[in-house]
Amino acid sequence: MELTLWTYEGPPHVGAMRIASSMKDIHYVLHAPQGDTYADLLFTMIERRGQRPPVTYTTFQARDLGGDTAELVKKNIKEAVERFKPKTLLVGESCTAELIQDQPGALAKGMGFDMPIVNLELPAYSKKENWGASETFYQLTRTLLKEKVSSSDKINPLRWRELGRRPKVNILGPSLLGFRCRDDVIEIQRILSEQGIDTNVVAPLGASPDDIERLIDAEINICLYQEIAEASCEWLKRNFGMEYTNTIPIGIKNTIKFINEVHEKLDLPLTNKEELENKSKLPWYSKSVDSNYLTGKRVFIFGDGTHAITAAKIAKEELGFEVVGLGTYSREMARQVRATAKDLNVEALITNNYLEVEDAMKKVAPELVLGTQMERHSAKRLGIPCSVISTPMHVQDVPARYSPQMGWEGANVIFDDWVHPLMMGLEEHLIDMFKHDFEFVDGHQSHLGHTATNTNNILNSDEKKEKNSKEGIIWTESGRAELIKVPFFIRGKVKTNTEKYAILRGIPEISDETLYDAKAYFS
Amino acid sequence: MSKVEFNKETGPREVFCGLTSIVWLHRRMPDAFFLVVGSRTCAHLIQSAAGVMIFAEPRFGTAILEEKDLAGLADAHEELDRVVNDLIARRPEIKTLFLVGSCPSEVIKLDLATVAEKLNKRFLGQVRFVNYSGSGIETTFTQGEDGALKALIPLMESSNEEKLLLVGTLANNVEDRFKKIFKNLGISNIESFPPRQSTELPKIGKNTKVLLTQPYLSDTVRDLKHRGCEIISAPFPLGIEGSTKWFLAAAKAFKISELKVHEIISPLINRAKLALDSHKEILKGKRLFLLPESQLEISLARFLHNECEMDLIEVGTPYLNKDLMKEEINLLPDNTKIVEGQHVEKQLDRVRKSNPDLVVCGMGLANPLEAEGISTKWSIEMVFSPIHGIDQAADLAGLFSKPLKRNQILTSKTLVTH
Repeated sequence: MELTLWTYEGPPHVGAMRIASSMKDIHYVLHAPQGDTYADLLFTMIERRGQRPPVTYTTFQARDLGGDTAELVKKNIKEAVERFKPKTLLVGESCTAELIQDQPGALAKGMGFDMPIVNLELPAYSKKENWGASETFYQLTRTLLKEKVSSSDKINPLRWRELGRRPKVNILGPSLLGFRCRDDVIEIQRILSEQGIDTNVVAPLGASPDDIERLIDAEINICLYQEIAEASCEWLKRNFGMEYTNTIPIGIKNTIKFINEVHEKLDLPLTNKEELENKSKLPWYSKSVDSNYLTGKRVFIFGDGTHAITAAKIAKEELGFEVVGLGTYSREMARQVRATAKDLNVEALITNNYLEVEDAMKKVAPELVLGTQMERHSAKRLGIPCSVISTPMHVQDVPARYSPQMGWEGANVIFDDWVHPLMMGLEEHLIDMFKHDFEFVDGHQSHLGHTATNTNNILNSDEKKEKNSKEGIIWTESGRAELIKVPFFIRGKVKTNTEKYAILRGIPEISDETLYDAKAYFS
Repeated sequence: MSKVEFNKETGPREVFCGLTSIVWLHRRMPDAFFLVVGSRTCAHLIQSAAGVMIFAEPRFGTAILEEKDLAGLADAHEELDRVVNDLIARRPEIKTLFLVGSCPSEVIKLDLATVAEKLNKRFLGQVRFVNYSGSGIETTFTQGEDGALKALIPLMESSNEEKLLLVGTLANNVEDRFKKIFKNLGISNIESFPPRQSTELPKIGKNTKVLLTQPYLSDTVRDLKHRGCEIISAPFPLGIEGSTKWFLAAAKAFKISELKVHEIISPLINRAKLALDSHKEILKGKRLFLLPESQLEISLARFLHNECEMDLIEVGTPYLNKDLMKEEINLLPDNTKIVEGQHVEKQLDRVRKSNPDLVVCGMGLANPLEAEGISTKWSIEMVFSPIHGIDQAADLAGLFSKPLKRNQILTSKTLVTH
């Protein structure tokens, strides 16, 4: 039993819903009690979907348990098939139905339907949402393509040449409730198209069962989100010999690496290598002198595996930050996150407990947090700027504007999204620096003219803030005056260090000189 | 009873389970903690239904069952014990801990009553443990509050003191308004259940006169009756009419003259009517379809028809306690179609066919209906907004007039959704 106050991932059947809702002509009959229908709002409210998820919940009640819940399942399957006429039916159960063991998948298969039926067994008491999505996509792919396995030769990634057409690839992994998937797909398709590569199928987002059956018309697969698509890519490789890419094209370096990888796998010559780095503004923006202050900014990263790992690379290699913490809630990606953390000389934090994440964040005192919406809240409490880089989804993570994370435009978005919160921090600092000017009242001056009255008030109120320490050490006037000159974001630390030093040396009163002594001592 | 048409429907439902009520109950009693014994689904449900991310460590959580807990019940009990110990060590300020049963805990027959009893002995004088079920196989949405309140009744001491007991969670400001009005009427001893602190439970007995503020408290009412309380029969205090009759019923129980009531509340009624007018302008003659969810549907239908002149197409309700709803049903117009239970697909067919101007529904259905060009109001807002009482009548109407007003401004009826 695990005490959970808040969870990064939902149960595995919500992962299955993500796949079903992402696709067309699919229906999912979910053996579940009525409360489980809450999951619909994830799609209709957070993603603002104009369609209900294609899910029929059997909504069995306590009084059904004594009777025949299996009949109830069959009745719901029959009605759902008649009403929605899906091309493929997914059948599964949520946590409670798993306990009563009606085996809805087997029941459905015995009902004599013509359409393919995917029996989803998603262990609710050991697995979570992303696993459920991955397993569902894998089972669906397998069900729809398994008959073609023996009849097909292994796919030669170079066959496009013989066929006299542009190479074709599938983009696998994007789904609803995935971070910026909608726009990543557009960006990646645009990049591939520029390189002379056609997209055969995007799945699950927007795909139909027919499209899944067409997957093998492509030469290779692009595994865009390993959490969702790696299992399917691996199965397609094993059974059809389809190669798949490993590089996640987030950040300039990874996007270039990704393009290289695709070209290598297709044996397609890369002709515009030199151009690539200039496709995004990130490299120049990062190089421009204005960005100098970004150097060595301490950044704490937490999210799903895909986004945490790529964020670490961008932070270190493309923006010149120092990564002081890296972690993920995706246990399936723990190994890769640990490897990345090791390269960065930090210890990876693998946890599903947001309080542990906040604690770790507090300990390393970063200047920027890149995390989920939960880390945004934690960072806010700690007064640290934050940018959101990963699911779980919030309505704010589905912006109206084009806002990918991947590719060239993704890099532009990332530069803005990560740097602006820091600039806001800098602005605070400037306000703080200028607040003693007579034009400023209470730190923030209106643009509507000079209503400034008495700057002494500000000094006094500031002095009150920097009161004497708990240990009874007295801050003298000169000490206090000097402390106030220290930028606000390190003032707390300077104060603590100076007091620590004073205690160490048995100094009862802190003057401006003590402050500088302490500074020298700790540096 | 007016000639109301009762129908029952079964089939797939689209309703929250009783766990959802934790979202408002934990805010009502800040010294209590709600520990759901359930699955990851339960945890995900509560955080999603709350609609917001939590800004601090919340006063609700889930003891998530894992594979090994299902293997042996004895171990599950021990595990729960461990989780509770950890929780209390972490949150020593908790005075009452609700152990909340869920669908999986009910199915595996985890005996939360026995666990609570044991824990009560161990933490005697420090934390009280009560248990109830919020499971979706037994309860819908607001019924969770019924379960939580019922579980507290055995802890309430007896007293024969005459008092008015308001039963059902109210917004604090609304509660204060009600108390002030009752004091003006001459009823001085007024208490609320649930109280604002879980430890300050009202004492009850044969001179306790219970006035319900919410229509979903069937079990609580039954147990209060068993304790000798008198239940005042009244419609619910939604809108001017409901609130007026509610005050009158209370006054009658305390032998206060009707005249006195009218004297006190008529200035409130006059200004409320004035405030209601602009909303009525919009709502008048508009056709309303209520899907079942919050259990407030019948009272809302009564208010929106009688005071805002809307036409009622269908009034859905998750379940119907005819006894508790008697006064409300009497106020409904003839031939009102009440549908208890749900077959969500068939009901949506009826929605589309009846071409309503406004549909009251759950969050899962709202945007899809909007995408079809049908204006909606999500029902969960009713349980989070202060809507009770005469002073709030216009605000209540405003919840329904706003989507219609918006629809007038934004003239594109069917849009491509993304």
